[in-house]
Amino acid sequence: MAKNISFTIRYWKQNGPKDTGHFDEREMHDIPDDTSFLEMLDILNEQLIEDGQEPFTFDHDCREGICGMCSLYINGTPHGKTERGATTCQLYMRRFNDGDVITVEPWRSAAFPVIKDCMVDRSAFDKIIAAGGYTTIRTGQAQDANAILIPKENADEAMDCATCIGCGACVAACKNGSAMLFVSSKVSQLALLPQGRPEAAKRAKAMIAKMDELGFGNCTNTRACEAVCPKSESIANIARLNREFLKAKICD
Amino acid sequence: MWLCNSSVGRKVVMSVTGLALVLFLTFHACMNVVAIFSGESYNMICKFLGANWYAVVGTVALGALVVIHFVYALLLTLQNRKARGQSRYAVTSKPEKVEWASQNMFVLGIIICLGLCLHLFNFWWNMMAAELLHTTGLAHAPADGYAWIEEVFSNPVFFGLYLVWFCALWFHLTHGIWSGLQTLGLSGKTWFSRIKCISQVWSTLVVLMFVAVAVFFFVKSFICPSPTCYPL
Repeated sequence: MAKNISFTIRYWKQNGPKDTGHFDEREMHDIPDDTSFLEMLDILNEQLIEDGQEPFTFDHDCREGICGMCSLYINGTPHGKTERGATTCQLYMRRFNDGDVITVEPWRSAAFPVIKDCMVDRSAFDKIIAAGGYTTIRTGQAQDANAILIPKENADEAMDCATCIGCGACVAACKNGSAMLFVSSKVSQLALLPQGRPEAAKRAKAMIAKMDELGFGNCTNTRACEAVCPKSESIANIARLNREFLKAKICD
Repeated sequence: MWLCNSSVGRKVVMSVTGLALVLFLTFHACMNVVAIFSGESYNMICKFLGANWYAVVGTVALGALVVIHFVYALLLTLQNRKARGQSRYAVTSKPEKVEWASQNMFVLGIIICLGLCLHLFNFWWNMMAAELLHTTGLAHAPADGYAWIEEVFSNPVFFGLYLVWFCALWFHLTHGIWSGLQTLGLSGKTWFSRIKCISQVWSTLVVLMFVAVAVFFFVKSFICPSPTCYPL
């Protein structure tokens, strides 16, 4: 049986990257606890529009945890606190109590400048992918699926790495603003497969160089990233990336 | 040069210098423990590691390791602060997985550096430096390491400061050892927990050996206050 809760929401308002920004507050009454967090924000925006105020801006798209668009820092945790890995859109109001004060902030990191309110520019991730997160293939007739045999455990591991949706929670949680968990997952998903091996060295070097150029920090292995990753990516990926990079540099 | 230009390269420098210093600490701790069992043997080691050329070369190399480790730590910390940006979260929470030491390595490092200064002043200055500079009028002979230990640890202030130093060192090592191995890519899903365990056990053993010597000589100063003489 769903029950209704009332709470205070403090949400971040900021007009562009240069603005200092501030919190706005609003009392929310009788919100059913089976409402998703984003639906609750929709209700907030409807109320703001009815009152003639500017709505609160935030990123969202698929609302089923696979696109990586939603990106809210809720009560000190990227995507809010859940028992398992989940994105903001998979967070429900039953996680909160009557009378709570819920603080919503954007990802705060130099490489992710605020566009408006809680919407941040994560195009830095796209630039890292464009630097090498792909395989160069000669397209043509699709080849036989069994032409290249891949051990099951490698295929599984590569699939786990590929589930990274590039939401940026790792960067948001990192005290160093490091993107290593994202980059390592994207390098690993290809490095583990034979199709990714020919360009593995080039890819690791190019993606790390782009990551450094875009102003992400140096990883100090605090593990904050894997603790908040909605897809439960492991820092074992970071060790793999370090290996790939070191091998590539030593071979140069 | 990729060891200064790339983030992974900079971390490799931190890792290699750090792990080399861990090996030195392990050697140093083993050497110290000898003093508990035999003052004569301890002084023999002191003499062997006095102002001989190999010991001086070793000391310069160690100094270089510490300087590189510290300069890179400063560089990484400054870069990371910049990468984190100007704005700070209003509400923060620390996930269970995140250890306190891992987020405070630089502060711990500063405490360790201060302790190191005190340690060099207490021992190195009176021992190797005294031999090299031919200092006279010291309370004990430069190679009489046993007497210097007795003197330093009979002072409760020094004893307390050394304990704080060892605490900081323990926190620094528990994160530092596994983090260094992770940076070199020697970790993985299977090896992660093993490396963490090795890291905990190793740092605890090393620090316990240091603490044991300090406690032994502090207690000894109450039980038999007169210094023991050992032949040099």
